[in-house]
Amino acid sequence: MNKVSFENLTRGIIKENPIFVMMLGMCPTLGVTTSAANGLGMGLATLFVLILSNCAISLVKNLIPGTIRIPSYIVIIATFVTVVDMLMAAYLPALHARLGIFIPLIVVNCLILGRAEAFASKNNVKQSFLDAVGMGLGFALALTILGTVREVLGAGSIFGWSFLAEGSDTVLLFIMPPGAFLALAGLILILNAYKAKQGIK
Amino acid sequence: MEYALIFITAVLVNNIVLSQFLGICPFLGVSKKVSTAAGMGGAVIFVITISTLVTSIIYKALLLPNGLAFMNTIVFILVIASLVQMVEIVLKKTSPGLYQALGIFLPLITTNCAVLGVALLCVQRNYTLLQSVCFAFSSSVGFTLAIVLFAGLRERLNLTDIPQSMRGAPIALITASLLSMAFMGFSGIGN
Repeated sequence: MNKVSFENLTRGIIKENPIFVMMLGMCPTLGVTTSAANGLGMGLATLFVLILSNCAISLVKNLIPGTIRIPSYIVIIATFVTVVDMLMAAYLPALHARLGIFIPLIVVNCLILGRAEAFASKNNVKQSFLDAVGMGLGFALALTILGTVREVLGAGSIFGWSFLAEGSDTVLLFIMPPGAFLALAGLILILNAYKAKQGIK
Repeated sequence: MEYALIFITAVLVNNIVLSQFLGICPFLGVSKKVSTAAGMGGAVIFVITISTLVTSIIYKALLLPNGLAFMNTIVFILVIASLVQMVEIVLKKTSPGLYQALGIFLPLITTNCAVLGVALLCVQRNYTLLQSVCFAFSSSVGFTLAIVLFAGLRERLNLTDIPQSMRGAPIALITASLLSMAFMGFSGIGN
């Protein structure tokens, strides 16, 4: 793999992480991360849509007139989202019910339209695929981390496996709405502090 | 009474931003000043109410009778995107004053997931047309209330000395968290 491809693949995972650095797609990030499994499920659904839409848009980019490109991208993305929605309803009904309205709302996730506009519309299929994999993994990783933090603090378990004795007290706040904001604030704060420290050295 | 209950629930108890997490992007992005936040809120009330009215009619009159309910995501997002454009054009022609106030916010609204979210929630909850419009209006009032309060808090925060690593996103998120906690105090009303 040459240098450009490698850069496109790994950029989204840490350096330009969609959530911790670019702050894109915040609604599902805060809305579904009540547990690690939910975060991972949402991350993988978004990864799937992002890969398909980036590849498709990169394939047809020369056929779409510039003035109507955004609506065209939205139709392509909405089609794949509907596919994912139906697949999940059929094969993962429990997860589908928990994620609820956030599955169809992948359509308006700024990350996907953002990558379509900023990357897939200018690059070939292979690079767009690598970019989508990197960005999607970065998104899924961030969602899983946030979900894990909230589940550990709020429910005392990891991926549904409880490590506390029955009836122990947990910080319930973290699986309620305010905890979403607080957990994300904490993670970004740690990242910022780490970056500042690296910068000083 | 039923409509009053929908209103109170949507504005205070299940606030669309602070407990449903819809429309977080404008909530964090356009909340640096109270005046811009209020402008955004006005535009959102306008667009959500109209788009939910239109999508509900389309869903009930076209999609449902023809067995096309599974197409709702694709149809709704297209309707919303074109509706926002149309509202912008009509407003520019008919009421320049309102256009001046809301104009710059309208293009941003297409990517506001609250618009699509409210339209989909109405379908999910099997609301009638009147209930849908009432729910849409109340939800967007809830959005406006949250974003204006949040902008007020952020204006005050500008005057304080915040540690370097907490500037920007972290302090904004912590403020949002406190606001969300305050709104949790309303839970229980209307159940």
